[in-house]
Amino acid sequence: MSKINWFKYSSPPAFYPLAGKMIPWFSIAAALLIAVGLYISFFVAPTDFQQGEAYRIIFVHVPAAWMSMFIYLIMAGYAALGLGLNARLSAMMASALAPTGAMFTFLALLTGSLWGKPMWGAWWVWDARLTSELILLFLYIGYIALQSAIDDRRRASRASAVFALVGVVNVPIIYFSVKWWNTLHQGASISMTKAPAMAHTMLLGMLMMALGFWMYSIAVVLMRVRCVILEREREAEWIRGEGK
Amino acid sequence: MGLLRRDLLLAARRSSDVVSVLFFFIIAASLFPLGVGADPALLRAVAPGVLWVAALLSTMLSLGRLFAADLADGTLEQMLLSPQPLVMTVAIKTLAHWLVSGVPLVFLAPVLGLQFDLAGREIAVLTVSLLLGTPVLSLIGAIGAALTLGVRGGNVLVAVLVLPLYIPVLIFGAGAVTASAAGLNAQAGLSLVGAMLALSVVFAPYAAAAALRIAME
Repeated sequence: MSKINWFKYSSPPAFYPLAGKMIPWFSIAAALLIAVGLYISFFVAPTDFQQGEAYRIIFVHVPAAWMSMFIYLIMAGYAALGLGLNARLSAMMASALAPTGAMFTFLALLTGSLWGKPMWGAWWVWDARLTSELILLFLYIGYIALQSAIDDRRRASRASAVFALVGVVNVPIIYFSVKWWNTLHQGASISMTKAPAMAHTMLLGMLMMALGFWMYSIAVVLMRVRCVILEREREAEWIRGEGK
Repeated sequence: MGLLRRDLLLAARRSSDVVSVLFFFIIAASLFPLGVGADPALLRAVAPGVLWVAALLSTMLSLGRLFAADLADGTLEQMLLSPQPLVMTVAIKTLAHWLVSGVPLVFLAPVLGLQFDLAGREIAVLTVSLLLGTPVLSLIGAIGAALTLGVRGGNVLVAVLVLPLYIPVLIFGAGAVTASAAGLNAQAGLSLVGAMLALSVVFAPYAAAAALRIAME
């Protein structure tokens, strides 16, 4: 086993081709996992005795909601690295993660409201989870808006990193404030914790979908970070060689 | 101390800025009875939320004053270069901002509370909750103001950044008033707003100072 110098890949010129090589693998894994997950969720998982077939949206809804929160944490982690160590690639990764995270947050809200209509009879309730997910979407939007409003790239990534970190401190506060506020008002709250114990195949389908979403996110983020690298390093010498 | 005096003096010399933000607070709060109807029971129910949201919005409108004028005349650069720690400078400037645009809201709120037909107890809770909550608004706002300093479209951007972060203060501040209106103890909400004040007094100036350094480099 020869030792690999991992730090080598923290420089954009070394990471760019590596990302290019990894994208197909993650894309294939994503396609396979999501295909298997969708098959399980549509054909293998049993029909829920309370909710009928409509519950099957859970296989998209729950993994999307997980991803929306994980990606924010990872984004904030990269932002902190970029800010603290002044690492260019970390800052680029953070900005590449934001749109995917926002997309999953929106997807979770969308599927949630599609699910809510037949189950609760309302497109939207001011439930704790819904509200905190909505605020998470606002945070993503704020991050993206701040980054795109500042022309100087370096300042843009550093300023949005500070915002992402302030946001990550606030996420638990927001989550608990919304939760306690809701218990004060007592709305219609059907949450995951009260869901009927899940059949094994349901859990399996959900895990498959979650893994598939992970792979999808990695593939898409790598693609996007390659674009970001090209955009920000366009003056660099090595890119001229890469274009051929 | 000198800085605090200077900031307050500047605000006093340009008092029209301060007064127009206060009038925004009054007008925004007065629009709601016109919009939702003058039913006293309804007004009592929406009053805590409406007054708190109006306070949020008017604080947000005044955030531009915090650093922009000092950036324009170069004072901010001198402050960054001065031997005094930047965190202290930011904290004092935020304190001045709160004294100018937060404290008047606390004094105005009881009057507006009367317009909304709140009882004496609720008005007292509302005033205390604003007294504890408005400094948090100034402190979190300072981070947003520093981040968007000199950015095009900064005034709208600061709203997008800061308003989501204001949500916990809004929930507990307005929640305390609603709880006391429902005959419950308002102490829980007030304590939580106080806890947020303690947290943000400690941490927000650091974040705002870091953001200022990024903006000025």
